[in-house]
Parts: sequence; C-alpha cells; structure tokens
Amino acid sequence: MTWKKLLIPLASVPIILLLAYGFRTDPKAIPSPLMQKSAPDFRLKAFDGGEVSLADLKGKPLVLNFWASWCYPACYEEAPLLEATWKRHKDQGLMMVGVDIQDTEANAREFLQRFGFTFPNAPDPGSRVSIDYGVYGVPETYFIDRQGRIVYKHVGALTPALVEAQVQSLLKDQ
Amino acid sequence: MIRRRGTWANVRRAPWWLTLGMAFLPWGGAAHVHAATNFDLEDRVRESASELRCVVCQNLSVADSPSDLAKEMRNLVRELVQQGKSREEIQAYFVSRYGEFVLLSPPKRGFNLLVWGLPFLAIAAGGGVVYLVARRWTEQAPVDRPAIDPAYAERVQRELSDREQG
Repeated sequence: MTWKKLLIPLASVPIILLLAYGFRTDPKAIPSPLMQKSAPDFRLKAFDGGEVSLADLKGKPLVLNFWASWCYPACYEEAPLLEATWKRHKDQGLMMVGVDIQDTEANAREFLQRFGFTFPNAPDPGSRVSIDYGVYGVPETYFIDRQGRIVYKHVGALTPALVEAQVQSLLKDQ
Repeated sequence: MIRRRGTWANVRRAPWWLTLGMAFLPWGGAAHVHAATNFDLEDRVRESASELRCVVCQNLSVADSPSDLAKEMRNLVRELVQQGKSREEIQAYFVSRYGEFVLLSPPKRGFNLLVWGLPFLAIAAGGGVVYLVARRWTEQAPVDRPAIDPAYAERVQRELSDREQG
C-alpha cells in the first residue's frame, strides 16, 4: 500500500517540471529562424531617389533597421543612436540601411528630417522586405556580417551598449 | 455504323445553329473560365491564409485579421498562389521567415505530438479512474444490516399475515 502514498507526489513531479520550464521561458521571445542564415536579398527605392540593395552592399557589415514614423516612442528613442552610430563607424566600412514600413510618405519624410538621417532609408511597398525578414513590429534591427549572414536580431529600441558591441563584432570579423 | 451515320447526318442537318452557337462560344466560354479561376484563386488564398497566424494579433489568422501586416501577407499569399505555389510551399516560406510560430496549428510531429496526444491520453486516464472508483463503489454495496431482534421480526411477520387474512 506504500505505492499509493507515493502516487500523488510522483504524479506532481511532471507537472512541477512542466511549470518550471514554462515559467522560465519567455513566451513572447520567438527565435528567428533566419539567425546565422543568409539575409534575404532586397532592392528598394530610397527616399533620396537612389536604389539600395543587399547585393550592392556585399562584403560590408550592415545594420538593417526597420522603423515607422507612427512607432512612438521606441523608434524615436533609438533614431539619434542610429545616426550617431552611422557617423562614428561609416569610415570603417559599416553600412546602415533603414526600412520604413506601413507608413505614409509625408510622415516618413518628416521623421527623416527630424532626426537628420544621412544613411539610406527606403519605404517598403507591400511590406515584402519586412515579411521576408520575419519582422513582427517596429523597431527591429538586424546585424548582418560581411558574408551576408544575419548574426543578431534585436526587437525593440536599441541601447548604446548593445549597438556598440554588435557593431564592433561585425567590424572585427573579416 | 448506323449510329455514326446518324450523328453525322444530324451535324450536317443543323449547320445554321451550330455556326450561331460557335459564334458565341469564345465569349461565353472565356467569361465562365475567368469567373471560375477567380473564385478558385480566392478560395486557395483563403485556405492558405487561414492556416497562418497574424503575427501582430492575438490568435487571429492572416485570413481573418484586419491589420495592415495581415493584409500585406494576404496579398503575398495571393501572389504566391498565382505563381503556382502549393499550400505546403506557401507554409514553408512563412515558416522559414517567422518560424513554426506562424502556423496556427502546430505540425503533428516531434515534441508537438504531446500537445495533440495529451488531451486524449488524459481523457483515457480519467475514464480509467472513473471506472475503478465506480467499481469500488458498487462492490461496497452489501452493507452489514443491523441485527434485528428475532422477537420483533416474528411479531412483524405475524401482524402482516393477520392483516392479509383480515
């Protein structure tokens, strides 16, 4: 009859294990299947009239940022940081591209002017590039190495320490 | 032989309506085919889109969500269907971009089998428990009756038979 006494504690073991697993994982953190894979190619018409494509940037480390003028406050928080990072590292060969999603042109241009972006930015008609990169929302930032592989993806506003660490590792990697 | 001649004769006998009919054929036929493919296309778009999760919503499919991203995803699904991509190929594309999370129902393999199998396993286990408990209850049915004084029993018997006779 001792096994009957053990039955309830034994039955609770798998439930406790399941809860321990469930409570220690973040259900909102969904790993991107694109990690360490080749970044999907894109070719977009930039706001300044030029063309920006991944193929043309081959061999250069790239910070690819998805934003929108309606994305307040996160996109507004990280915008000055993006421009500062671009200015600091562009001479070392770093590339930066901004993709504006689900926006109106007037609002987007106002955003660009407000933060004085000097790196190429382009709208994403039909959200094709966003879907190709598995973008959930804005802001999202992809760090792509010289070989064109996505090495890191950040969801939400960037922080100075995070950007600097990722950019340094991209620049170091030859 | 007779049959074939008969058919041939019918065709030859009615050239005027045949010509008339053939004159309308391209118009009517084309319109019909166009309507059918359009209906078929939207059906297939809906079929694929209803299996995909709208990634900015809570438990809504791409087919049902009014969000902008879902709308763009529907347009993309439509384009892929028009390119002749199968349902599986469309699913595979979205999974390669968003992971299995984008599928509304997890594929029935690996760890996911637990999700599909556990409810049925739990129902079976619950049924087993109910069966065992019910059997124990029915086995307990013969309860020890309280001892009756033989004098009382004899008196009840006697009074009952008196009543029946009287």
